[in-house]
Amino acid sequence: MVLVVLENQRGSIHPFSLEAVAAGQKFAKELNSELSILCIGEKVDELKNQAKDFKSNKLITAQNSMIDMYSSDGYSKVLSDVVSAMGPKYVLIGHSYMVRDFVPRVSAKLNIPFVSDIISVDFNNGSPLFSKQVFNAKLATSIEVSSEQALLSFQSAAFSSDDIEKGGPDSEEAFDVQLANQDIRTQSEPEFQESSSGVDLTAAELIVSVGRGIESEDNLPTMQSLADAMGAEVASSRPVVDMGWLPPYRQVGSSGQVVSPKLYFSVGISGAIQHVVGMKGSKNILAINKDEDAPIFEIADYAVIGDVLEIIPKLTEEINNSK
Amino acid sequence: MKIAVLTKAIPSYESSIRVDSSGKWIDESVVNYVVNESDSYALEEALQIKESVEGDSEVVVVTLGAEANTSKVIKDGLAKGADRGIFIKNESTTTDPLSIAKLFADNLQSENFDLIFSGLQSDDMGSGQTGVLIGEMLGMSTATLAIETQVEGNSIKVKRELESGWFQWVTLPFPSSISIQSGINEPRYPSLKGIMGAKRKELNTIDSSSEHQSQNFVNLYIPKTEKVTEKIEGDADTIVAKIMDVLKNKLKVI
Repeated sequence: MVLVVLENQRGSIHPFSLEAVAAGQKFAKELNSELSILCIGEKVDELKNQAKDFKSNKLITAQNSMIDMYSSDGYSKVLSDVVSAMGPKYVLIGHSYMVRDFVPRVSAKLNIPFVSDIISVDFNNGSPLFSKQVFNAKLATSIEVSSEQALLSFQSAAFSSDDIEKGGPDSEEAFDVQLANQDIRTQSEPEFQESSSGVDLTAAELIVSVGRGIESEDNLPTMQSLADAMGAEVASSRPVVDMGWLPPYRQVGSSGQVVSPKLYFSVGISGAIQHVVGMKGSKNILAINKDEDAPIFEIADYAVIGDVLEIIPKLTEEINNSK
Repeated sequence: MKIAVLTKAIPSYESSIRVDSSGKWIDESVVNYVVNESDSYALEEALQIKESVEGDSEVVVVTLGAEANTSKVIKDGLAKGADRGIFIKNESTTTDPLSIAKLFADNLQSENFDLIFSGLQSDDMGSGQTGVLIGEMLGMSTATLAIETQVEGNSIKVKRELESGWFQWVTLPFPSSISIQSGINEPRYPSLKGIMGAKRKELNTIDSSSEHQSQNFVNLYIPKTEKVTEKIEGDADTIVAKIMDVLKNKLKVI
């Protein structure tokens, strides 16, 4: 059996979970196996309602007031119990921050390997190989699993939610959740958003995004001048925010904003996975980097190999002169 | 309070990464190894907690790996202010998170740490599992992606980063294993005095071997380009002219 786990993101099925449903349907077909979909935790009925059209053999709910609010303790215990009771060969789930938080504990509890952040699957006549990016996305690897069961998480866009087959479940089941007070050691408070002041980068048509390749905070005005000349918003990768050069609301990536502008003009960004998931949907990507092997070039439409500090001032001047 | 900081040697950003003749690993001879970025933040957070809480505290820097790549990572931690080091020597290129976590858990169990800090993920393998796996194996409470910490008696309150600008506070009773997000603090540089003093600090080296791996690399390869990419090269003036052509005539954005 293949088991897909759905995550509730503040009232809706997490987009990565939808992709996991598409993955689950494909796995079931390729491996000639049954498919179950699990709704867990917080507001299970809300999740179940949104999942009721997905074609599967079984739609399972795991509800208990003690996991109304997410906790690593609660979710890892419940998912472990479900996996132990039902014995799926593969457990499929989107590679979200919540999944990173609790799924390794299921792996340790059950001694089942967790292959995380998978970008593609080669079904290989029933002995699947899972590809993931390694060495900062400079290389990729195919992973084989030697155990009977595995937990698998997928990077966004590894599968497409457009491929989800409708038709609903053949049957439904409410899993009998066993939780005691002492199972939940951590105390979680409600999720909150930091001051919403800032910029909605998702609405920008043009983005000039800077990475550690700009070398110093002193070079930011140069980058701002290019953005001004183009009428673009300035964005950045995580290291630039970590170093305090730009505020967090300028950050693009898994912990920042997810953007898809007409042009993403990337300056001195290497292209770590956490950044790329936030911008790979851009209509056009132009990237400048002095490192010919920078992974950003794999997804770029235009790969400019050169020194940003030399190119950007000249380019800004040309743009201003052409007006 | 006893705090362990897990730290890993990884290839630097600038290093050339090439597949070796086995096809399953990289050519290490051309790689410069450095401390994994988020691990530096984890160490700084531990040192700041040690400096701020009352009573005696100890920060122990722990690493696992091959001696040639890893020894300077421990020295760096001791020079920055860790009190002692544990080096779990392992010459294999183990990539299985469960096997790696078992090596750590087996060798750290008797230490009874109150806190284990790790970086949120290693920038080479990127699995982001080790800290959580060890926490579960040692019966500790766990949290990931901490962007702020507050020690309160026998518990620690952690601000977790969620996706898209959301956050959550979680309070965890000791013992606890927590992964630290980069940007949580400003990592210090080792002082000259620290570098000199590091040589006299205790370093416990433990030989280890990996058991059965539950997941293995079949091969390593250069990712296939998904898109048709137009390369733009040359001197700065040529490059600028070509970019102008793209912006003006092809994309029509200026």
